[in-house]
Amino acid sequence: MSARAGEQPGSAFGEESVTVAAPPGSPQGGVEPLVRVRDLVKHFPITRGIVVQRRIGAVKAVDGVSFDVQRGETLGLVGETGCGKSTTARLITRLLDATAGEVRFDGRDITRLKGPALKAVRREMQMIFQDPYSSLNPRKTIGSIIAEPFAIHRLERGKGERKRAVQELMEMVGLNPEHYNRYPHEFSGGQRQRIGVARALALKPKLLIADEPVSALDVSIQAQVLNLLRDMQRELGLTMIFIAHDLSVIRHMCDRVGVMYLGRIVEIGPGDALYGSPRHPYTGALLSAVPVADPAASRGKRPTLGGDVPSPANPPSACRFHTRCPKAQELCSIEDPPLQDKGTGTEAACHFPLTPEEIAQIGVRSRG
Amino acid sequence: MSAAEPLLRVEDLRVEFHTEDGVVHAVDGITYQVHRGRTLGIVGESGSGKTVASMTTLGLTRSQGARISGRILFEGRDLLALSEAELRAVRGNEIAMIFQDPLSSLHPLYRVGFQLIEAIDAHRQVSKAKARERAIELLGLVGIPDPARRVDDYPHEFSGGMRQRAMIAMALANEPKLLIADEPTTALDVTVQAQILDLLERLQRELDMAIVIITHDLGVVAEMADDIAVMYAGRIVETASAELLFAGPEHPYTWGLLKSIPTLTGSRDEQLVPIPGTPPSLINRPSGCHFHPRCPYAQPDHARIDPQLEPVPAEPTHHVACLLDAPTRRALWGELRAGRMPDEALAAAGLPGEAS
Repeated sequence: MSARAGEQPGSAFGEESVTVAAPPGSPQGGVEPLVRVRDLVKHFPITRGIVVQRRIGAVKAVDGVSFDVQRGETLGLVGETGCGKSTTARLITRLLDATAGEVRFDGRDITRLKGPALKAVRREMQMIFQDPYSSLNPRKTIGSIIAEPFAIHRLERGKGERKRAVQELMEMVGLNPEHYNRYPHEFSGGQRQRIGVARALALKPKLLIADEPVSALDVSIQAQVLNLLRDMQRELGLTMIFIAHDLSVIRHMCDRVGVMYLGRIVEIGPGDALYGSPRHPYTGALLSAVPVADPAASRGKRPTLGGDVPSPANPPSACRFHTRCPKAQELCSIEDPPLQDKGTGTEAACHFPLTPEEIAQIGVRSRG
Repeated sequence: MSAAEPLLRVEDLRVEFHTEDGVVHAVDGITYQVHRGRTLGIVGESGSGKTVASMTTLGLTRSQGARISGRILFEGRDLLALSEAELRAVRGNEIAMIFQDPLSSLHPLYRVGFQLIEAIDAHRQVSKAKARERAIELLGLVGIPDPARRVDDYPHEFSGGMRQRAMIAMALANEPKLLIADEPTTALDVTVQAQILDLLERLQRELDMAIVIITHDLGVVAEMADDIAVMYAGRIVETASAELLFAGPEHPYTWGLLKSIPTLTGSRDEQLVPIPGTPPSLINRPSGCHFHPRCPYAQPDHARIDPQLEPVPAEPTHHVACLLDAPTRRALWGELRAGRMPDEALAAAGLPGEAS
């Protein structure tokens, strides 16, 4: 942290360093982004009663999220348990139906698609899940698991041709093609995650959504899967949405990053700007909470965020972070701050964004 | 490191489990010590034996199929020689343990306060009212707001962070001299993790406790530990003070761990260097150096010779079990730290590549 923080406030403030992608809302040279999410809302009803179920409230899992994903870029969504990042992914893939808002994919509104039209869209977007143990059918061979997407989408080919396609995929993700007839239990966690990647890439999707793809893996294995995904990004020009709670992993994988808190995006921008000069106090708190594998840099007091994340069934009024925010003032509980360009490369939803001095402190992590 | 007698001294501890599939060599001759008021971090991946070693300290691995040998000296007393009843007087009293998953470690049908009182009651002759008072005091100590009211909550009414705090309160009930924390923050979010780590550090200062923290997260040990032991396949492969270990790691496995995690500060283009392969089975362990099948720097004879934990030249407190000689290790780590890949480092250090 310290090395970066030393140079960042000087260089990042004032001069824009946005190169990778335009922020949401500003179409880039007229090219429609691959994914455009607008005011997306998902409320899960809370009911009481067994026979007659009455609605007594709602868990506001996602509550007004907007962002774009440009073609070829990787957008990271990061946040703590219950912030709505996985729900957002499930809304985009239409595994869940949105309560309100719009998801546009490849220029089309897909929010209310049904039947064959939905199936056709799903072919273009694939997911990799967190748990490589429960996301593979234990009774099927690897070959048939990876070939499953061909069958679902009726891309029937001859047996020999299909086997060749599957083995090519296995080779691409670093599995031995001779293991075509083996079962999932014969593979380790990292290898299973490779199988998941092969299955997701089988139909050459336009969008790949990875939901915590490495958090169930051992440290030494994580890097294998991260390297594989990065190779795939480069070689196939994949557009990705990468969801994780690990800020270091997100930084490593993503061009742009959105930080979520209680169903909202509180800050979004290019990775370098977001990590180098975060403007939202929550982004700052997350960054300073990460333990750093360097005793010299990390010893001492870290500014700890007090309390717990409030319940999404009853989120705080106006700015949702105001109950835990060290900078909160009266305005924060009255008026909801919109996502705004803060002049340092990111957009943040905050009335009192972090100052250069405060950003520098995140980096220093005041020793002793 | 103080010259005084350590609080806990584990000597040549071996734990084997006899199963239908064969003998699992979970812990294979490890030696370490923990001093009063200090923190030892034990780092390793799943299946490295780090949890079994600590559970054995508390006698939690005693069972029919288990063979345990070595000595675990706690204030000079060998815990392995104690009877179950004698051990029970130590467990939760002088040595306490907190576990990874706070939800499954608390009984869902009893109030948090009741479970705390039970922990006090097990070792102290106190009235119910006194024990309840103590339970409230403990919840306050670990930072639960409004403890007098929350003491009557059930575990499900607590958030994840609060449950872990309640577990810590229970562990502290009898002011243990040693706290064993097994992945205490792995199930928690980063901001809550920061709170719990701060809490452990504060309590350690206030109570002069020794802590053994078991984790796979190098960041957590870097923040918490005074001394670090890196475990692989049931053995300690490297041990040193936190400063020495992070400044100049000596074992290729430690290098692998350090180079396989992305950092917050490095460039986005930094290349992660995964450790190839997967952790070995503890039933059929590789011959020679257990790490040699995954080690990019392994030489042909490393499959035969079993390395011992030996001091690093000029650093008598830094021990490593590696068959490469010290200058070669230093050259290799220098290359790796500069961002070179293992094969490039090998060439630069003038070593032949893998035999294959």
